[in-house]
Amino acid sequence: MATFKDFRNDVKPNWCPGCGDFSVQAAIQRAAANVGLEPEKLAVISGIGCSGRISGYINSYGFHGIHGRSLPIAQGVKMANRDLTVIASGGDGDGYAIGMAHTIHSIRRNIDITYIVMDNQIYGLTKGQTSPRSAVGFKTKSTPMGSIEQAISPMEMALTAGATFVAQSFSTDLKDLVSLIEAGIKHKGFSLINVFSPCVTYNKINTYDWFKENLTKLSDVEGYDPSNREMAMQTLMKHNSLVTGLIYQNVDHPSYQDLVHGYSETPLTESDLNLNQEHFDKLVAEFM
Amino acid sequence: MINQLSWKVGGQQGEGIESTGEIFAIALNRLGYYLYGYRHFSSRIKGGHTNNKIRVSTTQVRTISDDLDILVAFDQETIDLNYKELHSNGVILADAKFNPKKPEDTESSLYAVPFTEIATELGTSLMKNMVAIGATSAVLDLDIQVFEEVVREIFGKKGDQVVAKNMDAIKAGYNYTKEKMDGNLPTMQLEKADGKHRMFMIGNDAIALGALAGGCRFMAAYPITPASDIMEYLIKKLPALGGTVIQTEDEIAACTMAIGASYGGVRALTASSGPGLSLKTEAIGLSGITEVPLVIVDTQRGGPSTGLPTKQEQSDLMAMIYSTHGEIPKIVIAPSTVEEAFYDTAEAFNLAEEYQCPVIVLSDLQLSLGKQTVEPLDFSKVEIRRGKLVTEGLPEIPNKGYFKRYEITEDGISPRTIPGVKNGIHHVTGVEHAETGKPSEAAENRIAQMNKRLRKVEHIRFNTPVYKNAPHEDADLLIVGFNSTRGVIEEAMGRLEKDGLKVNHAQIRLIHPFPTDELLPLVRSAKKVIVVENNATGQLANIVKMNVGYAEKITKFVKYDGNPFLPHEVHSKCKELF
Repeated sequence: MATFKDFRNDVKPNWCPGCGDFSVQAAIQRAAANVGLEPEKLAVISGIGCSGRISGYINSYGFHGIHGRSLPIAQGVKMANRDLTVIASGGDGDGYAIGMAHTIHSIRRNIDITYIVMDNQIYGLTKGQTSPRSAVGFKTKSTPMGSIEQAISPMEMALTAGATFVAQSFSTDLKDLVSLIEAGIKHKGFSLINVFSPCVTYNKINTYDWFKENLTKLSDVEGYDPSNREMAMQTLMKHNSLVTGLIYQNVDHPSYQDLVHGYSETPLTESDLNLNQEHFDKLVAEFM
Repeated sequence: MINQLSWKVGGQQGEGIESTGEIFAIALNRLGYYLYGYRHFSSRIKGGHTNNKIRVSTTQVRTISDDLDILVAFDQETIDLNYKELHSNGVILADAKFNPKKPEDTESSLYAVPFTEIATELGTSLMKNMVAIGATSAVLDLDIQVFEEVVREIFGKKGDQVVAKNMDAIKAGYNYTKEKMDGNLPTMQLEKADGKHRMFMIGNDAIALGALAGGCRFMAAYPITPASDIMEYLIKKLPALGGTVIQTEDEIAACTMAIGASYGGVRALTASSGPGLSLKTEAIGLSGITEVPLVIVDTQRGGPSTGLPTKQEQSDLMAMIYSTHGEIPKIVIAPSTVEEAFYDTAEAFNLAEEYQCPVIVLSDLQLSLGKQTVEPLDFSKVEIRRGKLVTEGLPEIPNKGYFKRYEITEDGISPRTIPGVKNGIHHVTGVEHAETGKPSEAAENRIAQMNKRLRKVEHIRFNTPVYKNAPHEDADLLIVGFNSTRGVIEEAMGRLEKDGLKVNHAQIRLIHPFPTDELLPLVRSAKKVIVVENNATGQLANIVKMNVGYAEKITKFVKYDGNPFLPHEVHSKCKELF
């Protein structure tokens, strides 16, 4: 059986020292091993940006696509081969700006993949512009007077879009993050895990210390019940979404694959590409 | 006796004009006639003039005719907009309900038949279309029993009574017209057809059927005119094969999801028209650099932007060859008949996997939506070839090395594996990369990988890159076109030959890489060349000039008013050259 070391490769990440993404990379590797995956059964599909490089840093099948489109690519991979474990990943710009439509619709569609967003509230690879996660007043190269647009709350958005698995974590909480990713992989449907992953170079506001001061663990919230959607929404609103842990999970809702009419129970990749003559003749007769 | 008839039914959109034409056409198709139907419609659901022009012939026809024998009108607008197409012996059958007026400048005859009134008396005004079919049958002296089978298929699920009522309506229309106009009606009796059963379908049906036969098991698409029929057909048929269609949130998702599915190892399709293709452009580049097979159908319509969404145009040509930033290997094929649309779409999946690049199947509105009789498709001609795909038996790579998915090879094509395959792990990225897929910006690697990708399609094998009907070694004229202009060029060619001109015809089927060697001898040996195309700038003519040369003898003949060429237009333009 593979260990987390089997999910390591020899590529040195080009992230800045201290970047939160290193922990996310390690967490994915550990979670993959913990759920008993073999490297070739995992496909990591990533977007563009610093965090988008993550698919190249894990010893598994990896696809580094185009900006904002990791989710449709990942859903296509899963539809082609339902036996694969598919993880989509990228940054907050990728998932909540250019790719927001895909995020919402992936949630609605509920194909069984896990989406891990490395949320640093800034555009890093382009060297420091505002992100849809930047707070009002946040000064960046593109908002020299401070951002005047409201920040998105991806967790609240996910709940309203009909999500069946919503979780949030902090990159330094490695143990919690690993178990959330494991739970996300095991969840039958779309799982969204937003990870606060500080940018040490361009974000001097939302730092490791800032998160430590402001985050509340849901395990510390008395009576918190992640199967209660209303409670989830209220808790998010009460804490300005600055909570970590499993926010909401609906285990009863079937995944897209389980609902789609006629969809093969074995991977589509194994299906016979040839029609037989009889089948073809039947199709042709409908046009006669 | 006539061997060809042109019939048109028109009225307000949402009035059942389409189904009137459909019932008429299917019944005649089953008698063994060759049919060609072309709908004029607008981008709205209810209201607005719509018509369905149907040509019936004892020999194969692939385009609309110049003139009209019978016009069935449900409103005055239909008469006013279409009467000029009627020849002097033509007949207008109009609903008496709107007091139809015959325009002064026509020699054709108008007969008012109470379509609505007869239908209402029989139970519902909805059946006015059936009454019109009956009236048409009277003019054609056609046994109305030929409609029974079709009527039963369409209305059978509503019960025998509904079927009987509709047949009664056809009969009443027939009887009324015969009685009232007996002796006055011009005789338009069609020669008997050969009675053979042939398919009657639109190009989009053939594309979708070709995809199924070609092993496509997944489609991601966003609804758009005139491509939606393809996804609608496949969503009905794929489940029986374990596959499915996902209607995505947008065109970008459709294209990238198809790329994901194809990377995952399944034959995947996306289809759209111009606006969708514009949005898919970045993803096409991704398919190019990552060498993930991708099949895209572009059913061209009037552009730019939303343009003329329900009208014929062939203006995406340059965009399909060049669109996406940077330089990638790409294959663009353009079927010119419904039959070719079937074979070419199936073949597109082979080309995509063999050359590991995007393949665009170019169609146009006239080909995609023109409904016509199709000669039997030979299923045995469809092959499944997967190129250098390896799914098992890969040797272990020491020290966690990656599989060389982008190995430099002589033909530029590298072995390809898919997720799930042991010892096949590699990286895929839209960033320039080395042989294992790991990003690399090194100059030497860049050149090696660019050259590798681009040489893949240099010697592409494609059956019949140019359709040629070239009987003359020293032609006076070579007519060149692509996609649906095949039919109109064939008819014009026949007339020009009767005029005494020596004419050759070349329809370009492999648009990119351009089949210069195939076309060059025809261009060289012809005195004059005319390129016929539905766009304003003469895109194909420019491509021919660029690749083949001989610019001085090439004339552009363009039409971009939203309508297909008519045979007489091409005929007279060609004659002007001499």
